[in-house]
Amino acid sequence: MSATSLLSPRNLRLLSGAPRGFLGASRGPHHHHQSGGRSSSSPLTCPPSSSSSVSPSTMCRALSSLTTSRRGLPKEKMSENGLPRPKVLTLDTMNPTVKMVEYAVRGPIVQRAVELEKELSEGIEKPFAEVIKANIGDAHAMGQQPITFFRQVLALCSYPELLNDNTFPEDAKNRARRILQSCGGFSMGAYSPSQGIDSVRLDVANYIERRDGGVPCDPENIYLTTGASDGIVTMLKLLVCGQGMDCTGVMISIPQYPLYSAALAELGAVQINYYLNEENCWSMDIHELQRAVNEARQHCHPRALCVINPGNPTGQVQSRQCIEDVIRFAAKERLFLMADEVYQDNVYAEGCQFHSFKKVLFEMGPEYSESVELASFHSTSKCYMGECGFRGGYMEVINMDDDVKAQLTKLVSVRLCAPVPGQALMDLVVNPPQPGEPSYNCFIKERTATLSALAEKAKLTEQILNTVPGIRCNPVQGAMYSFPSISIPEKAVQEALEKGQQPDMFYCMKMLEETGICLVPGSGFGQKDGTYHFRMTILPPIDKLTILLNKVKTFHQKFTQQYSS
Amino acid sequence: MSQQHAAVNGGLPNGKVLTLESMNPNVKKVEYAVRGPIVQRAVQLEKELREGAKKPFTEVIRANIGDAHAMGQKPITFLRQVLALCAYPDLLEDNKFPEDAKQRARRILGACGGQSIGAYSASPGIECVRQDVARYIEKRDGGIPSNPDNIYLSTGASDAIVTMLKLMICGEGAGRTGVMISIPQYPLYSAALADLGAVQINYYLDEDKCWSLDLKELKRAVDEARKHCNPRAICIINPGNPTGQVQSRECIEEVIRFAKEEHLFLMADEVYQDNVYADGCKFHSFKKVLFEMGPEYSSTVELASFHSTSKCYMGECGFRGGYMEIINMDPEVKAQLTKLVSVRLCPPVPGQALLDLVVNPPQSDEPSHGTFIKERSAVLAALAEKARMTGEMFNTIPGITCNPVQGAMYTFPRISLPQKAIDKAKEEGKVPDMYYCMRLLEEEGICLVPGSGFGQREGTYHFRMTILPPAEKLKIVLEKIKTFHLRFIKEFS
Repeated sequence: MSATSLLSPRNLRLLSGAPRGFLGASRGPHHHHQSGGRSSSSPLTCPPSSSSSVSPSTMCRALSSLTTSRRGLPKEKMSENGLPRPKVLTLDTMNPTVKMVEYAVRGPIVQRAVELEKELSEGIEKPFAEVIKANIGDAHAMGQQPITFFRQVLALCSYPELLNDNTFPEDAKNRARRILQSCGGFSMGAYSPSQGIDSVRLDVANYIERRDGGVPCDPENIYLTTGASDGIVTMLKLLVCGQGMDCTGVMISIPQYPLYSAALAELGAVQINYYLNEENCWSMDIHELQRAVNEARQHCHPRALCVINPGNPTGQVQSRQCIEDVIRFAAKERLFLMADEVYQDNVYAEGCQFHSFKKVLFEMGPEYSESVELASFHSTSKCYMGECGFRGGYMEVINMDDDVKAQLTKLVSVRLCAPVPGQALMDLVVNPPQPGEPSYNCFIKERTATLSALAEKAKLTEQILNTVPGIRCNPVQGAMYSFPSISIPEKAVQEALEKGQQPDMFYCMKMLEETGICLVPGSGFGQKDGTYHFRMTILPPIDKLTILLNKVKTFHQKFTQQYSS
Repeated sequence: MSQQHAAVNGGLPNGKVLTLESMNPNVKKVEYAVRGPIVQRAVQLEKELREGAKKPFTEVIRANIGDAHAMGQKPITFLRQVLALCAYPDLLEDNKFPEDAKQRARRILGACGGQSIGAYSASPGIECVRQDVARYIEKRDGGIPSNPDNIYLSTGASDAIVTMLKLMICGEGAGRTGVMISIPQYPLYSAALADLGAVQINYYLDEDKCWSLDLKELKRAVDEARKHCNPRAICIINPGNPTGQVQSRECIEEVIRFAKEEHLFLMADEVYQDNVYADGCKFHSFKKVLFEMGPEYSSTVELASFHSTSKCYMGECGFRGGYMEIINMDPEVKAQLTKLVSVRLCPPVPGQALLDLVVNPPQSDEPSHGTFIKERSAVLAALAEKARMTGEMFNTIPGITCNPVQGAMYTFPRISLPQKAIDKAKEEGKVPDMYYCMRLLEEEGICLVPGSGFGQREGTYHFRMTILPPAEKLKIVLEKIKTFHLRFIKEFS
């Protein structure tokens, strides 16, 4: 029970008061230079009307201890009538679900990394010459070069005068013309339909059909999104309803990508944890799914199951059999399936292959393919493109109720449309140069180089980390991360707890301060009680990655030695 | 629920997991007329036309949305040159591009991870863009300081508005957050409030006084609202959408005093800040007025103001660029805001780059300055002319009265509908102005948004029309509306 509820909203609630969370970060040195604000921020007295605005729910009460701790702060400015005038919007009167949101990938450790970079640039002495941000899957920031063809077409779309320039290959021009023709006024500056540009959705549908060996795909089921995150949050939002026992529960893997826990916290849904099996290369286990859903049914209404394949942060690639089992489970338990497949091209290990949930679903025959509701997500940010900044993505919805689909279309229309340059890029990803076209060879060369370098780095990471006593690392079968388990000596655990830090946060923070390497502690993704991990991207160039891994090795040995009695 | 679950034992259960009955009830309440049923019908009609169906018109003219480029407005050359350079930096070697465009591109790329707009940016936005935004605001506001730490870049202004509203929502029952919005309003606000389950508090603009904001009306609205919710914020759109009014400095001062007295967070939607056409009207930012009112106000009133790359002279809607500036926000709340935006990683980087160019356009000694000024002036002058033309034309039609379009991009004329037409609409289960607009669409191919989508005083009817079509086309649109309106009135008299 204690393990299963580690990341439950109830515990997140408590954790958010601990210094490891953002609340703690906001008290750190980072915020001290923001002068003046603190003095007027204390909600000592609320006006009568707003005191009732503090949510009566326990979420707020759990945080009231923080309020108490602020009560000794300097007196705030007096208002005309001599009474203290608090801000309209304070920690105590803000949206309580927002406070429960946590997103470790850009959490306190990354804020400290940014500070360190600043200090370095100001000439302050550090035991390292540069900060290496291995915390996030940001390929271009790590030196990966964009695919030439993609950027040529985007330049042409941005500044169509270049269509008269004969330095650009014909296929890039043709692609740009086609995209511009489906934009209002032939400009990427026009809004697109809210669901996305028609011709791009058509190309996405064709891509999916090809990928899935001919299983049909209807462009009407494709929604272009602002990165995959946007699609995922939108789908979760549709699913959330009910109160108490009837409140929607959503099953997510532990470890998970913290977008899921963050979105569920914000939506006030119940997070249902199912644990991946680290001993078996982070595989998914149906018994564990069953346990999780059975326990959850006692206090909420499980309605959806999220699967990330290839896995983030755990790098496993699911077998076809496993996907079938999951689909059967979803059908039996009446769960809406959400398949996060943004790493679909990132499969490195021999014998591993990406199988889309859609394909497997349709191969299981009409009993499943006509009933199981599925949303699958893809993005321009990962794979060989790594174009994170463009925020391109799509989702495909299968077997969605027509009325709900109309509501979905309405909901996305409020935000008008996904960024059009990202839509254009998505189009190129699903419809790259074809054999016989002038850009084909260059495209294939670039794509292959990126993917084979990633495969090599996946292997290298696993190898080096597994030579370190006290670090154990599953093979990185796919995606872009390694999630090794680390043994932390009891003395270090004690010291961390004394500081109010999770032990792996303590570990990663020390590593950052001593080596300049920025990783994300396993606690930000969730892990079995008493185990510790970190997530590291495999994206740095191979020579840099080698140095980085050796630094991690040296640090770990030193750390272990320091805390062994 | 338990019955459905029981079906598990006897094979696969029937019915969807996610149905209209079992979905998020707040989402069902969301309405967004600007892309509502009338636009869906317009899309269908376009398709039918393409397939050769006979219609009383040859093209559908979408005057429903402020989408400048779709209406033929050309992008500003300099902005697009820099974006092309950022997208494909090999072009930096190309001497077809002016030096200032190249310099700008180099500076933006230098601030991107790996020198690529394909890298994620910091979640509040690229540091140097936030600095440029702060400098732009300082310049705009006559030197009032702006701190880059208070700037958050966003995915269009909509994103930032929804984020700010989200921060503010809490409480249950009579303690539930209420947010004051103008009626008529831009329906993003009502949609977001419905989605968040907040209480919408309506204050009515005074149509008889050119849609001005009236303090007594604000007071009435907040007093009534206090009986059933906790009013915590007031939203102002200036220049107005859909109503096109430009607020006087004095009016803004009154609103600020009101916000302070009533303890409300101020949200100023200023995305049309360059779109001011009427003589004697001028854009005053809430920030500037706030600081000119002295420390009693400038150090207390909490304000968020919003801007975007989608409107003004740029009209670059597709890039989804925007920012908000927050003033006097509690530092702990600000930390929560920073955390919240980090979950979505970052706003689209091409939009951030574009915003940088908007706040830092070519300077007088740079090679692109001449062209830039020429293009910008041409767009703004054409808009001013179209605003004038639209107001004049509508006021010649019996049964249509129209306030001057002082700013923004829309006209929101009032239409008097015969009782018989109202009855007919009700028979068809439609709001009367929806019925009117639907008929206009079917008969003339012109797509407008009915006033009911924005809110209006009961018993009054309006529509919103953009003034964006090229002048020649706009004339035709106005003529067609006139013909239709006269025919419609005659039919139901």
